[in-house]
Amino acid sequence: MSKILENLRYADSHEWVKLEDGIATVGITDYAQHALGSIVYVDMPEEGDEVTAGEEFGAVESVKAASDLISPVSGTVIEINTALEDSPELVNEDAYGNWIMKVEVSDPAEVEKLLDAEGYAKICEE
Amino acid sequence: MSNKFIPHTEEDIRVMLDKIGVDTIDDLYSDVPAEVVYKEEYDVPSAMSEIELRKHFETLGKKNKPLTIFAGGGVYDHYSPSVINHLLARSEFYTAYTPYQPEISQGTLQYIFEYQSIISELTGMEATNASMYDGATATAEAMFMMVASAKKRNRVLISSTVADRVVEVVKTYAKFHGVDITIIPEKNGITDLDAMKEELAKGDVAGVILPSPNKYGILEDYTGVADCMHAEKAYMAINADPSALAVIRTPAEWGADIACGDGQSLGMPLNFGGPYLGYISCAKGMLRKMPGRVVGATKDADGKRAYVLTLQAREQHIRREKATSNICSNQSLMALYATIYVALMGKQGMKELNRIACDGAHYLYSKLIESGKFTPAYPGLPFLKEFVVKTDLDIEAINSRLLDNGIMGGINLGEGKVAFAVTEKRTKEEIDNLVTLMLS
Amino acid sequence: MKYYDKLIFELSRPGRKGYELPATDFGHDAFAEMPATLMREKDADLPEVSELDVVRHYTNLSNKNFGVDTGFYPLGSCTMKYNPKINEELAALPAFTQIHPLQDEKSIQGALELYWNLQHALSNIAGLYEFTLNPYAGAHGELTGLMVMRQYHIANGDLKRTKVIVPDSAHGTNPASAMVAGLQVVEVKSKPNGSIDVEDLKPLLDDTVAGIMMTNPNTLGMFETEIMEIAKLVHEAGGLLYYDGANLNPLLGKVRPGDMGFDIMHINLHKTFSTPHGGGGPGSGPVGVVEKLAKFLPNPRVKKNSDGSFTITTDEDSLGSISTFLGNFGVMMKAYAYILTLGKENLKNVGPMATLNANYIKESLKDDYLLPIEGVCKHEFVFDGLKDKSTGVTTLNVAKRLLDYGFHAPTIYFPLLFHESMMIEPTETEALETLDEFIEVMHKVAAEAKENPDLVKDAPVTTLVRKLDETGAAKNPILTYRHLVSEDNK
Repeated sequence: MSKILENLRYADSHEWVKLEDGIATVGITDYAQHALGSIVYVDMPEEGDEVTAGEEFGAVESVKAASDLISPVSGTVIEINTALEDSPELVNEDAYGNWIMKVEVSDPAEVEKLLDAEGYAKICEE
Repeated sequence: MSNKFIPHTEEDIRVMLDKIGVDTIDDLYSDVPAEVVYKEEYDVPSAMSEIELRKHFETLGKKNKPLTIFAGGGVYDHYSPSVINHLLARSEFYTAYTPYQPEISQGTLQYIFEYQSIISELTGMEATNASMYDGATATAEAMFMMVASAKKRNRVLISSTVADRVVEVVKTYAKFHGVDITIIPEKNGITDLDAMKEELAKGDVAGVILPSPNKYGILEDYTGVADCMHAEKAYMAINADPSALAVIRTPAEWGADIACGDGQSLGMPLNFGGPYLGYISCAKGMLRKMPGRVVGATKDADGKRAYVLTLQAREQHIRREKATSNICSNQSLMALYATIYVALMGKQGMKELNRIACDGAHYLYSKLIESGKFTPAYPGLPFLKEFVVKTDLDIEAINSRLLDNGIMGGINLGEGKVAFAVTEKRTKEEIDNLVTLMLS
Repeated sequence: MKYYDKLIFELSRPGRKGYELPATDFGHDAFAEMPATLMREKDADLPEVSELDVVRHYTNLSNKNFGVDTGFYPLGSCTMKYNPKINEELAALPAFTQIHPLQDEKSIQGALELYWNLQHALSNIAGLYEFTLNPYAGAHGELTGLMVMRQYHIANGDLKRTKVIVPDSAHGTNPASAMVAGLQVVEVKSKPNGSIDVEDLKPLLDDTVAGIMMTNPNTLGMFETEIMEIAKLVHEAGGLLYYDGANLNPLLGKVRPGDMGFDIMHINLHKTFSTPHGGGGPGSGPVGVVEKLAKFLPNPRVKKNSDGSFTITTDEDSLGSISTFLGNFGVMMKAYAYILTLGKENLKNVGPMATLNANYIKESLKDDYLLPIEGVCKHEFVFDGLKDKSTGVTTLNVAKRLLDYGFHAPTIYFPLLFHESMMIEPTETEALETLDEFIEVMHKVAAEAKENPDLVKDAPVTTLVRKLDETGAAKNPILTYRHLVSEDNK
């Protein structure tokens, strides 16, 4: 059973979001890392890139699979997790502790529309 | 039914149909609508024995005329050492599929690793893939790599001194994929760098493709060019002759991000245009945008050194429409060809053959100029094994005369220009004979 | 066999050489006078080895490979048939290998005649009007064919047709080729039996559709029985039908793609027409089209003159060039020799015997392996892993265990319609005894999975190397000898 944290918001494309002071921290869920298997590469955006909710912002690769990252929020990327450049396996070790990007969001209401822990748990069961 | 390639006896067929539980072979096609079943006989000749087949090929072969080659145009008559064909004929190499089962494909995987290493040494770049179809398609893929790497830029510049056939293929790929191509004009036989800089200054260029040597055989000077491009956030790709790269300044030394080109010059037979191979090398930062197969070194469960296809998540069988390219093969056996060729020629031989070709080309050039019938097309510009001269003589008539004497003369570029190439295979006597015939 | 893991670079000794070049004297060493700024600063670090070093090294490497000549290669969708030896010899005739692609046409008539003859044999076999042999491989053929499709709509001024329909079960190259050709992919669902759902297709057929890509039999080896209905619907909607020739082998002698309503197709000469796969290439992917599309085929083209001679032409209406010259000519020679060897008397038996072999294996193994789709297959079929799922033995485990028994593995985890896909294609060149041996081993592996699952999960154990660290290879890609040395020195 994969881990789902209560205090986060989720997209049905298996990204999690934590919104604090207009800054959204985004990563992939424990369920997603488990489905992918050993992650070998995280293709991240660059600082300053604009991202749009529902659109691709990067990709996660394992040996024999790749999955696009879909941004759950719109805004400007202010930081990426450079630790993942050399150690992508950190996402496997702790998907919630190892975020992928931080976004200064243009519309905080977007986060409200995302799933809560309970709603996301249902998706994972399907 | 039985034939030397189809082993089924009547008895076999009966046993198999029984197992399947049907009466006839036609029952295996009962799901095919009757209206599409082909009832006629193919319009191809009757089966030939080896004796007949050999005669047929010999008859066709007699309608070809292998010549003493003094032309290039991207295909060079370098020497192919005897050893290569003997090793390529080992059927463990040529009857294998793509090495998807690494435990029983270490032979293929290792030679691809060696190929990648050799091409990387020649280009000076950090990474090379397992090979592409040909130099032109490799250059088109280099264009896609630059567009994919330069986010939101969709225009690529290509010098008009890149070989015309390469430019044509790049334009076709660009037209359908939706990349804007701008041709940088040439000035006196070389890329007009001022025109290139003007285009770069518009701020929408993803990358630039330049040749080395160029289509006239000239070694262009790209001092400072990479800095110009990188200052404008554009990538630089160089289409280079890998044989010449053993001696000429490398794409890496010019500061390029990508090197690409045709591997034919690595001793491959002329083969009427193919198979050859395309190579593509890049700087480490572009690795994940590189198309095609890549082999990496790793270890097995017992800690033994081994090789495996890697970075497969970029490829079509996983990424489908999001792949870096649709390529699903490589010119593997030709990569083995190139690898064995370079291993035989080695560090010294690769330099020596270039020296002989260069000396021979300059000898021919001097003889033509001294005759007074030819003038330099691009005076003072340095060349290695291929060059262009101008003449008032009838080039077609000369080439026809040469053909009658078993010689392929220079390529007629029009406007009185003719391009010659000389490899290490051409002797002084052959060159003297060529000049005599041309002037007769 | 001894274990050998040296790289050619590791045999290198300064001063050793594997070549001799003639002594030359052109009276002037022009090379020495080349401007230093245009020359390499540092030598390439290439091997320095003797000729025997090279011969022994690559012979040792060849011993680490498995080919069709080594053993049975039931690789689904790859058509690993026998590669006739005479074809290799004919393709190596100097009269063909020593001609330059830019030679005067008068001096290459034999090569052009061969190209033209093969074009026409393929046109007849495919039931199409004209072929180009220029594409270098199957995926390159797909790309070329889709370019023809787009060029046709562009020529009609029908610019909004930019979508191509691709079944979810299609080969991965289909959507990737569409992407390269600038087309958007729309997926159409498969029914449980793997064939296209016509009801799902209908609403997709609007005036933005350029065409559909299909293979028939489909990637499950099943014939698309509703093909005529699909062709009618697509044509009525103004689209074209593209046939992925990867699965052509079972149709030889039985069905021509052109007769099923396909407008464009590619043929993999390295599958159906017996040319070697070469460890991944070179292949050849000729593209054929119906008459109205012929003018869009890529340049250059080979035509026959009224006097019987042959010529290379370029067409104004062509989509452009997709290759430097006329494609992988050396490969075409082998396919041509194969067609002549079989002739019209035997070519027609290729499809039926390939289909017979596949059905025989399928029926012999379905007790132990899960057959998701019953019924007659064509040249190949798919099992969804072992029938008994309780052992935890996966398709990957079975595939690796086959290596221990001296067989190549089937294609695994494709198509994506099942979790444990195992796709088996025997081809017509395999005899009953070989199939029986394979069947016996497959049964044995199934029994091992029940009795001693760890034995299967640990496979392979008899191969020269065992399971590889693929994660490590992808995480820290070491792609050259130079890099390998620097890692070793860390």
